[in-house]
Amino acid sequence: MNTSARIAEGATVDGFLVGKVIHRGGMSVIREVTHPDIAEPILMKLPSVREGDDPAAIVGFEMEQMILPRLSGPHVPRFVALGDFSADPYIVMERVQGRWLLPMLEELPLPGDEVAAIGARVATALHEIHRQHVVHLDVKPSNVFLRQSGEAVLIDYGLAHHDQLPDLMDEEFRVPYGTAPYMSPEQILGNRRDARSDLFSLGVLLYFFSTGVRPFGDPKGKRRLHRRLWRDPVPPRKLRADYPPWLQEVVLRCLEVDPARRHPTAAQLAFDLTNPDEVKRTTRSERLRQDPWSAVLRRRFHPDADSRRRAPETSVAEQTSAAPIVAVAVDLSESSEALLITLRDTVGRMLEVVPGARFACLNVLKYHRLALDFTLDAEGKSKHLKRLAELRSWARPLEMAEHRITFHVLESPDPAAAILDYARTNDVDHIVMGARTDSALKKILGSVSAEVVAGAPCTVTVVRAR
Amino acid sequence: MLIALLADVHANREALEACLEDAEARGASRFVFLGDLVNYGADPEWVTGEVMRRVAAGAIAVRGNHDAAVGERRATMDSPAELAMEWTRVQLGADEREFLARLPLTVEDGERLFVHAAAGIPEKWEYVFESADAMRSLAATAKRLTFCGHVHVPALYSMSVVAKITAFRPTAGAPVPLLSQRRWLAVLGSVGQPRDGDPAASYATFDTESLELTYRRVPYDVATAAAKIRAAGLPEMLAERLATGR
Repeated sequence: MNTSARIAEGATVDGFLVGKVIHRGGMSVIREVTHPDIAEPILMKLPSVREGDDPAAIVGFEMEQMILPRLSGPHVPRFVALGDFSADPYIVMERVQGRWLLPMLEELPLPGDEVAAIGARVATALHEIHRQHVVHLDVKPSNVFLRQSGEAVLIDYGLAHHDQLPDLMDEEFRVPYGTAPYMSPEQILGNRRDARSDLFSLGVLLYFFSTGVRPFGDPKGKRRLHRRLWRDPVPPRKLRADYPPWLQEVVLRCLEVDPARRHPTAAQLAFDLTNPDEVKRTTRSERLRQDPWSAVLRRRFHPDADSRRRAPETSVAEQTSAAPIVAVAVDLSESSEALLITLRDTVGRMLEVVPGARFACLNVLKYHRLALDFTLDAEGKSKHLKRLAELRSWARPLEMAEHRITFHVLESPDPAAAILDYARTNDVDHIVMGARTDSALKKILGSVSAEVVAGAPCTVTVVRAR
Repeated sequence: MLIALLADVHANREALEACLEDAEARGASRFVFLGDLVNYGADPEWVTGEVMRRVAAGAIAVRGNHDAAVGERRATMDSPAELAMEWTRVQLGADEREFLARLPLTVEDGERLFVHAAAGIPEKWEYVFESADAMRSLAATAKRLTFCGHVHVPALYSMSVVAKITAFRPTAGAPVPLLSQRRWLAVLGSVGQPRDGDPAASYATFDTESLELTYRRVPYDVATAAAKIRAAGLPEMLAERLATGR
């Protein structure tokens, strides 16, 4: 098989006018193209199938041919057209505009907050593709763009796994494929079905961007590649004295060898990266040196090391939905005691049924637009803290582990809008809230829950006391 | 064109009606019956008659081992399959028996091969259980796409240009593009007697434009189909297994 000589600059293929080569990689060649009916910038990706090229190039191209047309949303390049292998193999897609992460390697290390902001966007994009049944398996700077509108875009699905499509990579190659510095331990061991592999790779990226150093270097050869299975990376705080402990907590959690110790979903990672104050710190955040050799050797020869070879029994989309983010809107000022108890009981039942769920308790501190300047000083602040304490006290009987629950007081003149905005920003899967019981108040003020139900991007449960 | 692929109906009228209705609602304009129209179920005459009508109108049907067994004179055995076959022979009229006996073993249609079991020697009724079986079957035909049944458990095999085989357990409702640079062998699930743990009837649609194959599951009135099997005095396990899909 040969890349057709027909696809050269100036040629027209299926209506696409072929332009210059933009990028020439090991697996593919990318050319700019135009089409009279398409205004946005587009590009054509061609497999690199010359003599002596990597046979994975063809399979990778086939995988991308299958996966890309099935993905949608702003976090993937928009799919335009496919060329048939029997004629000219190509994929035409949107040429993503925005900031490419690769050239940013020149500027490393970046400040922690900037890295966290980039990380949160990439994590949100990962959550979106995970929800669409895909594990990317090649998260690295060259595969990420940041759109002007803010979203991260993940490109290149040549190594990806799709839950509902045959995994041609998995079956055809004994050697696991990936990019050595970024590959997760389980990917190195040949498991391609765990969405949390992408969190590991993103952790490598975050570590690299915030320290300027790759946590596992750029290993050559199988033995060096396997080292990350037992050797922990140097804690970022050892490399940079001013490294924020919360960020070290998040990054080292991503780099856990056992996927079960990482964030259960990319959305939960994005949540941590956007809410530094809410990150539950463990000994990870304190670490200033690598584990002693005794611990490393124990891991090296621990018989459990092979358990990671096992693929998870659930599909990618199931893994994602098993660990939802639930926002509980608690109206402390106008709810009856009975409603507050019913609401808490409802949350308690959800805790038992969905052990992977993470709960964000919200309270909206309402202020009046006109009085804005007068209330949000010293008095406003104390109100805020008082509400936070009340929220915690409401949740105490749930006896929830600290890392599963966070508390947020939002300040807004419009409670429904504040709740909806929170849900959208934090990729909330489920909102639980009480219904206003006082019908007189409801008449005057309208129903907050009805507004939330109407505008919510997710499932909403409205709780009533009976 | 959307093709509906229906294998192993096994005289289950309720399941077949549900699948045909589903396929027609999706716009299927061609129907392919991949063998084993009869035996096990209580409606061999109706099912065969329905397929005869559809074949007269352009549908494709190939012969399965149970269809072939109708015309074979064998010493009676005690297995449920043999007991049911004895009963089935009596139910079918001369026209139906003639139709089943004359069904072709294979039909080629463009780049597609339709066959009941593995393509090697179709009348040997070999199962495609795993990659090695799929490899042998693909080697026996020049057609790019093979569609078969016989196993009662859906599976999809693909062979790359360098003859590596990929096995895949399809998800119902999720289209898989049968990439044109590969060869594919699709094992259909069973319409009338699923054995993969899901009692819903199993069939598939193939879109000849997008090359997308979609395995489908259609819940149907299992209770009625099972009650008819009992009422006909057929072996109890044939009724029971419909409810569990085993």
